[in-house]
Amino acid sequence: MSAEAPALELRGITKRFGPVVANDRVDFDLRRGEVHALLGENGAGKSTLMSILYGLYHPDEGEILVDGEPVKVDSPSRAIELGIGMVHQHFMLVPVMNVTENIVLGGEPRSRGGLLDVREGARRVKELSERYGLAVDPDAVIEDVTVGQQQRVEILKTLYRDARILVLDEPTAVLTAQEAGELFEVLRALKQDGVAIVFISHKLNEVLDIADRVTVLRRGRKIDTVPIEGATEQSLARLMVGRDVLLQVDKADRSAGDPVLEIEDLNVLDDRDLEAVRDVSLTVRAGEIVALAGVDGNGQHELVEAIAGLRGARSGSVKIAGQEVLGSGVRGTSDAGVAHIPEDRHLRGLVLDFTLAENLALREYHREPFSKRGWLNIGRINTRARELLREYDVRGGSPGALASSLSGGNQQKVAVAREIASNPSLLIAHQPTRGLDVGAIEFVHKRLVGERDAGRGVLLVSLEFDEVRSLADRILVIYEGRIVGEFPPDASEEELGFAMTGGGAGQTA
Amino acid sequence: MNESREPAEVEGGGQGLAGEPAAGEVAATPAARMAAYIRGGGVVVPVLTALLAFLLGGVAVLLVGKDPISTYEAIWEGTGLQWVFPWTTGEDRDLAALNLQQTLIITTPLILTGLAVAFAFRAGLFNIGGQGQFIVGSIAAVWVGSEFAGMPGFLHIVLAILAACLAGAFWAGIAGGLKATVGANEVVSTIMLNYTAIFLGLYLFGLGGPLQNDREPSIPVSNDVVESARLPVFWGDPILQGLHIGLFIALGAVVVFWFLLNRTTTGYEVRAVGLNPEAARYSGMSVAKNYVLVMAVCGLFAGLAGSLDVLGWQFRIATNDIQVGYLGFFGIAVALLGRNTASGTVAAALLFGALLSGTSQRNLDPTVFPPELATNLTYILQGLVVLMVSADVLVLGLLRRGRGLVSRRGRPSRTAEEAEA
Repeated sequence: MSAEAPALELRGITKRFGPVVANDRVDFDLRRGEVHALLGENGAGKSTLMSILYGLYHPDEGEILVDGEPVKVDSPSRAIELGIGMVHQHFMLVPVMNVTENIVLGGEPRSRGGLLDVREGARRVKELSERYGLAVDPDAVIEDVTVGQQQRVEILKTLYRDARILVLDEPTAVLTAQEAGELFEVLRALKQDGVAIVFISHKLNEVLDIADRVTVLRRGRKIDTVPIEGATEQSLARLMVGRDVLLQVDKADRSAGDPVLEIEDLNVLDDRDLEAVRDVSLTVRAGEIVALAGVDGNGQHELVEAIAGLRGARSGSVKIAGQEVLGSGVRGTSDAGVAHIPEDRHLRGLVLDFTLAENLALREYHREPFSKRGWLNIGRINTRARELLREYDVRGGSPGALASSLSGGNQQKVAVAREIASNPSLLIAHQPTRGLDVGAIEFVHKRLVGERDAGRGVLLVSLEFDEVRSLADRILVIYEGRIVGEFPPDASEEELGFAMTGGGAGQTA
Repeated sequence: MNESREPAEVEGGGQGLAGEPAAGEVAATPAARMAAYIRGGGVVVPVLTALLAFLLGGVAVLLVGKDPISTYEAIWEGTGLQWVFPWTTGEDRDLAALNLQQTLIITTPLILTGLAVAFAFRAGLFNIGGQGQFIVGSIAAVWVGSEFAGMPGFLHIVLAILAACLAGAFWAGIAGGLKATVGANEVVSTIMLNYTAIFLGLYLFGLGGPLQNDREPSIPVSNDVVESARLPVFWGDPILQGLHIGLFIALGAVVVFWFLLNRTTTGYEVRAVGLNPEAARYSGMSVAKNYVLVMAVCGLFAGLAGSLDVLGWQFRIATNDIQVGYLGFFGIAVALLGRNTASGTVAAALLFGALLSGTSQRNLDPTVFPPELATNLTYILQGLVVLMVSADVLVLGLLRRGRGLVSRRGRPSRTAEEAEA
């Protein structure tokens, strides 16, 4: 029997948190040598299910079978023993140690004297990395290598412990498009070798690209398991959300008006006092969406901070509707008409322990009618919050609810609602859909286009090709802090990718 | 407590976003953790905390070979709290009234030193300097109160109190300013400023010091606060140390504290800075400005405490008092047990005020428990409370994880269901 048994089987897994059922009789099976995608919206129960598999939670009902044998996974160390490896979204690496040390940590090879056998460790790491095309420098220190390489180290860590079942929790969320492509090569090599892979994601195109089968979860229940043949982005999105989803944004042609943002020869330093933005000049007009495309870490972060008044500039000029705002700080810039959906809603976009009403007031609490002579007008703040929560369809949100109690998509809606409600002339949207599921992405995209149609200027900073091309009226590509080219929205992925990796540098700059 | 942690630091870097909401997320600042603590468990947990502290305190009593129950009974007698019961009559009632006046005299400054710590906590800061701020406040009050004899009483009192508030605000403001400008950890600077304040007092009132009293050059004590600058006594005999109106001033400060935090833009900024400094900065608030402001307000509360103590019943400061003073330090336990809220601070201050008064040598029967050990019992209880408050954040977390209410990984699933409902 065990010869045909799947590498892993979850039967009727139910997990309750108090009155809430996170997983409701979920079945899941995984064959050797396949990539099985686990798809679902935020909060659908994917992470709970995988936490149960990895021994972080104990299921209330149901059983787990590895190679046909019922097992009890009561801790991560037991999971590792069973050959289950997990690569979390947030890497669990020691930044000051090198690659080899991180990989052997916890299972260090010892020489006869009981000392750490560095050479043996390095040899095995090298062997594994060559076998699966996981190129890393075994002696590099973790904090010096890229996010993509750190992820390889995480994968190597599981392989070093002889994992035959590999769980990847949204592995591409932190990767560039190119790194994601490289990851897929690695996964294919692992597949060839008989490793069974669970691939958690909510990016439909990736699932179609890499998976053999797809299991869709919605609100804790398994909806269906389908083979990848015959599946489309539309069909998967429908399974996931439970209705038809607009994957492409309807966008009418519209002629742009007067400039709302004019940047000239802007130079900005990063936190380490290195040049991050170099001689950038760009213009955003009323009624257009200008996308700033680029690989992460090419100066987008510093550029946005400089425009929003969060970071000083070394030289240059930033004008909002003709008014110089450089040096006027966040408050001054905001008062001049700039709203900013930040790239990290937990770090900046929200105060998670504030109520929704308090969060919605963050941008305008100091203005009338929300406060007067230093006294808050709680009534007005709550009324406005109630209106915005309804208008933006924030589910589960009353003005008095804490922001931390909302799901990611609804949290982002709160941040978006607040920024748009401040009635800006320029809206900066920095990775506004990062980490959101298709339903929430659709909503944010519609709002951005709506604001454009309402005559605002929108500066969209994004790492996603699809997002950039479907939303933008013009695409500017940033590479190493310089604008290296301008493209129309119908530019091909190849053209953009070439420019984003420095291919066009020197010609158009 | 997480004193060594820099509140301005936000953990998690830029990766906290992708994927499930709040998965594996840890509250960013001590204040954020404190906020989680405040909203969990209502009043049940602090009451349990206090009870557990008393239980362990009882064990300490057992260890010295005394009976914990009769000891606590004797302490209760000493607090005078039975005065509130209508069945306490006759001589018992008179004695209870006297004791309760003493309890409330100590509760008054404790409320304020508690606020001085609580307000800082709400902004994500640790004010360990309540004692120093209390001392400079009392120095300012005793100086103004003992000079300028012949000034109209009301004006004199107001001036003395104002001087104390400003002195405390300035003293704490130094720590706030250092944090805002060079990033000095306020825990270290406020502790250092405690010593500075102590030695300042020792110098000023010590032998040959500039503020030493004019009559007895051999006694290191200040001049007395003049009769007209003393706070009026509204309950009990002024000769027998009756209860002065400072209690109402302290309660007024509690109301100010609540309104300031919950109804003003300043308080809104303070709370935002405390819970997420990075989001506050992004919203256009000046985090540095808030640090200075918050510390100054804390110092103001502690300085006010010092002035009420001096103008209400001490009337003078001896160098001894400065060295053994503890009301500022007790503010930390008061704030922690009171969960940094207005009403909680009042309740916790009353508890510690009652303990301090109930265990004082004057009140406790030496046959039940040696009075020289009794005050130490109070310190033991105080220490236990601080320990347990720090620990029960943990306990609460575990409790809720078990029930899955706010369990970190369970949260996304719950919200999805809620959204549906």
